[in-house]
Amino acid sequence: MSKIGVFVCHCGENISATVDCARVAETAGNYDGVAFSVDYKYMCSDPGQNLIKNAIKEQGLTGVVVASCSPRMHEPTFRKACAEAGLNPFMCEMANLREHCSWVHEKGEATTEKAIDLVRILVEKVKYNHSLNEIKVPVTKTALVIGGGIAGIQASLDIANTGHKVILIEKDPSIGGHMSQLSETFPTLDCSQCILTPRMVEVAQHPNITLYTYAELESLEGFIGNFKAKIRRKSKSIDEKLCTGCGLCTTKCPVKKIPSEFNEGLGKRTAIYVPFPQAVPNKPVIDRANCTYYIKGKCKVCEIVCPTGAIRFDQEDQIMEVEIGAIVIATGFTVKQPDFFPEYGYGKFPDVITGLQFERLASASGPTLGEIRRPSDGKIPEKIVFLACAGSRDPAKGIPYCSKICCMYIAKHAMLYQHKVHGGKSYVFYMDIRAGGKQYEEFVRRAIEDDGVNYVRGRVSRIYEKNGKLIVAGVDTLLNAMPVEIDADMVVLATAGVANEGAEELAQKLHVSYDPYKFFAEAHPKLKPVETNTAGIFLAGACQAPRDIPESVAMASGAAVKVAALFSKDELTREPIIAVVNRQAPPVYSSCVGCFLCVSACPYQAIEKEEIKNRNGEVIKSIAKVNPGLCQGCGTCVAFCRTKSIDIQGYTNEQMYTEVMALLNEY
Amino acid sequence: MTLGFYPGCSLKGSSREYAESVLALAKAFDINLEEINDWNCCGATAAHNMNKELSLALPTRILSLAEKQGLKEIVVPCAACYSRLTVTKHELAEDSALCSAVTESNGLEYTGSVSVLNVVQFLDKYITPNLEGKVVKPFDHKVACYYGCLLVRPHEILKFDREEDPQSLDTLMLKSGATPIDWAFKTECCGAGLSVSRTSSVGRLSGKIIGDAKDRGAETVIVACPMCHSNLDMRRDAINSYLGEKIDIPVLYITQAIGLAIGLDRKELGLQRHFVKVTV
Amino acid sequence: MSSDAHHSGISGLGGEVLEHTEVKVSHCYQCGKCSAGCPLSEEMDYPPSVIMRMLQTGNPALEDKVLRSFSIWVCLTCEMCFARCPMSIDIPKMMDFLREKSLKEKKANPRAKEIIAFHKSFLDSINYTGRLYEIGLFVDYKTRTLKIMDDLALAPKMLRRGKLNIIPELIKDRSGIAEIFRKANKKNKY
Repeated sequence: MSKIGVFVCHCGENISATVDCARVAETAGNYDGVAFSVDYKYMCSDPGQNLIKNAIKEQGLTGVVVASCSPRMHEPTFRKACAEAGLNPFMCEMANLREHCSWVHEKGEATTEKAIDLVRILVEKVKYNHSLNEIKVPVTKTALVIGGGIAGIQASLDIANTGHKVILIEKDPSIGGHMSQLSETFPTLDCSQCILTPRMVEVAQHPNITLYTYAELESLEGFIGNFKAKIRRKSKSIDEKLCTGCGLCTTKCPVKKIPSEFNEGLGKRTAIYVPFPQAVPNKPVIDRANCTYYIKGKCKVCEIVCPTGAIRFDQEDQIMEVEIGAIVIATGFTVKQPDFFPEYGYGKFPDVITGLQFERLASASGPTLGEIRRPSDGKIPEKIVFLACAGSRDPAKGIPYCSKICCMYIAKHAMLYQHKVHGGKSYVFYMDIRAGGKQYEEFVRRAIEDDGVNYVRGRVSRIYEKNGKLIVAGVDTLLNAMPVEIDADMVVLATAGVANEGAEELAQKLHVSYDPYKFFAEAHPKLKPVETNTAGIFLAGACQAPRDIPESVAMASGAAVKVAALFSKDELTREPIIAVVNRQAPPVYSSCVGCFLCVSACPYQAIEKEEIKNRNGEVIKSIAKVNPGLCQGCGTCVAFCRTKSIDIQGYTNEQMYTEVMALLNEY
Repeated sequence: MTLGFYPGCSLKGSSREYAESVLALAKAFDINLEEINDWNCCGATAAHNMNKELSLALPTRILSLAEKQGLKEIVVPCAACYSRLTVTKHELAEDSALCSAVTESNGLEYTGSVSVLNVVQFLDKYITPNLEGKVVKPFDHKVACYYGCLLVRPHEILKFDREEDPQSLDTLMLKSGATPIDWAFKTECCGAGLSVSRTSSVGRLSGKIIGDAKDRGAETVIVACPMCHSNLDMRRDAINSYLGEKIDIPVLYITQAIGLAIGLDRKELGLQRHFVKVTV
Repeated sequence: MSSDAHHSGISGLGGEVLEHTEVKVSHCYQCGKCSAGCPLSEEMDYPPSVIMRMLQTGNPALEDKVLRSFSIWVCLTCEMCFARCPMSIDIPKMMDFLREKSLKEKKANPRAKEIIAFHKSFLDSINYTGRLYEIGLFVDYKTRTLKIMDDLALAPKMLRRGKLNIIPELIKDRSGIAEIFRKANKKNKY
């Protein structure tokens, strides 16, 4: 006879506001097999857990039903509490009264009745629960970091410094990401390159880090601690071992007018190129889409001039398979381009640029060597306008969120402009100034008070070109929406930060979830900000939402610690929620008839054939056998099995049937 | 080929040259435009400014008459009429209660089966495919194509061209041998309904339009709306006094410009009716 | 729609706007883009974004000012505000409602006298003949506003160019048109 305890949680008011928790506990107390029932304000708290532990010990409970929130939230908490009181943790079940009931219904009789039903079916289920033991699997102590921007660099270094191996892959020819494009950084105005490049070098030289640039993830299989990744190393068309990085090829390449990605189109590069002088690795790649040899079949100037014979025109992409235990996604973000804005000219005005382009203009390594000159004619702009929220906070354009970093970098841009162009006039059109961060508000005030940047509260309706000027038509909403028209020489749009192209595809390869804007989703918005819903895969930086440098770095270190914690053990325990093929006494051995439909149905190749032999070593019967290390507990085989010989532990056919019957039968 | 035709009040009065040029063009391409019998005014700005019910009932009567006459497509050259008819169709389709309220109380039979074509849609569908061979006197001028408000807005309902920097008139003029210029006032309002009651506003708003066209070297302004035309043409005195200079760039309907390109008679196109002399 | 207004807790004029036009004034975050693009903004007593703000307050005194404003009459319904609004707020539709309401409550701004007179003359003309009779419209408008001299030079020029009909175009079913007007006016006299 079962002795089951029912523990009904109020979740503060989350449940009790619409569900009569006392009545749920009282009703459950009358069910057959229920030996104890109680309701309490916070069952997950220390006193709440003690209620459960004491009841297990004092009442000798054989099963526990906690009626509270989603098992996603607190199943581990309550199972641990049961285990501490000596009950097998898999004898504990959770009824989700919060997400499945109180949050989605209004207060009333029917809501409490539903809560009672939810408890009843689990009381019936738990009667058929069995003690299960966790499965142990080994851990591959190598991490894969995807993306070599500041977040990926930080995560790689932090993991590598704990003594574990890291494979860092970057899709571009160099690591560095957006941070390497920035001029100065807020709120201290220290030079971005000066603080970043030493770390790039450190990555390249670290004994625990293997760096693959021009490489992308092809596919991923496996699970936490035991992933198998295929990495596509795109052909660089050079032999990296022979190449010395002398740069002769890049100076001689005849194709010189390709817009430079690093300079956001404001500078040019050659077809064989190193993205920027401080690139890591400092070795070129051939951009085949623009190389004359690949287009027309002749040229080969680079091959002729290369002193070490390192050019390899016939080099092919390589697919490399690596085994890893954890992954950090640090793929970053991108920004909307001016052609996204019809009212600002569909991108047809060359002097309407993005914030990232302004960074290149202001950067000492940029196309103007740090002088602010406008792209159309190289003139130094006497009047410059910065537009905040260009695309952000604009549901009509499909981007309702705040891009978060723009308020700060606009203040920085305007400040840099005022420092570099004496007597110049700068205007910032904004809606709100969001400067929440250490020293951030003070920084913005400095731009306004000390550097004389004109902040105008209002959004710009349109920009058009007239007589070589850009007419910016806005209003001052603090002056009864008075029209403000500025004839500017250059306009900088703080365009919305958006997910990278291909983010969705990558998320699907990794089986991690993403939000409607294709940013990767964290497992919990507050308590699991660097975890994903897939165990062993973590997030760092702006691939999760627009983030500034300090936040990206903090996130990366957070993710690194999660990886290090995972790698601190030699074995991982996994929940035993896996399929098993039943075994019976001879002469039947198992109800499995060996049709092996399950083998072809299993998406994880976790089922194999097992031969049952007699004492003489003769095969009596062939039946299916599930490899517990590979099984993910998806249940597909159960549905395929014609003889009902396979069950998922903890979710057996019998248990499911009991749950349904408990719901259907009058009690 | 026969298509339905809703001229609207302006095309029967102060903008009759627009009707003349539309009909002349249709004739040249063997298209018969059949006028809706006993049509009424669409209510224009006045109705939707003053009385919502009226602003829906008047266009519904027109569409209902067109259905009764068995017309599938009606050509509506006036951008304001086009806007009122299209918006009415949209509102009645979105809200069935409103639809029955408007139709039943006024005894109108309406199913919403008639397609409404603005002048550009008409030209694109029925004239452009055969235009190339017919251009005998390419309209070899720099033209500023002016779209105004009601041809392109609200985009959610009209779904025509693009809201900012539209291109459809420019494309048509390019095919007629003209050089469309890139300019900044394609879709800024001319002052429209305030023509009589606040002429000073029209002088300012239309002044900016004519001023920009002139500054960028336009020899002609091309329009597709009688209200835009009357403000830019008939109100030229107010415009010139706002700008403080005398600008005599003529304003042509798109149909007049294409008509000239295929060699139609100037008088047949009603060019003599303009206030600003058509010198091109 | 009315239950929506109830749930959103918007009362007063903003609530009425929601009920009749589905425009939620609370959606406006006061960026001012409408006012920046409005061609008539500088002639208005309250630019569009300020009208939105006044409605957001729910303050009856400010709502009264909205209905008495010149802005709602000088608005041309050019739809620029709606086209560029990041929150897709249909301001022109709201303006139509506010104008009708202002007329109904006899709060129309005195400076809008000519604008309203023109609309009324226009609609009267259609009411009588089914189509616009431009000479009739001018005469009627001038009688209403006593602006006899304005545009007087225009008429002979138009006549010379054949742009004015001396005799109105009458449609056959004038009683049908008159009936449409009678019904529409019963609810709300223009």
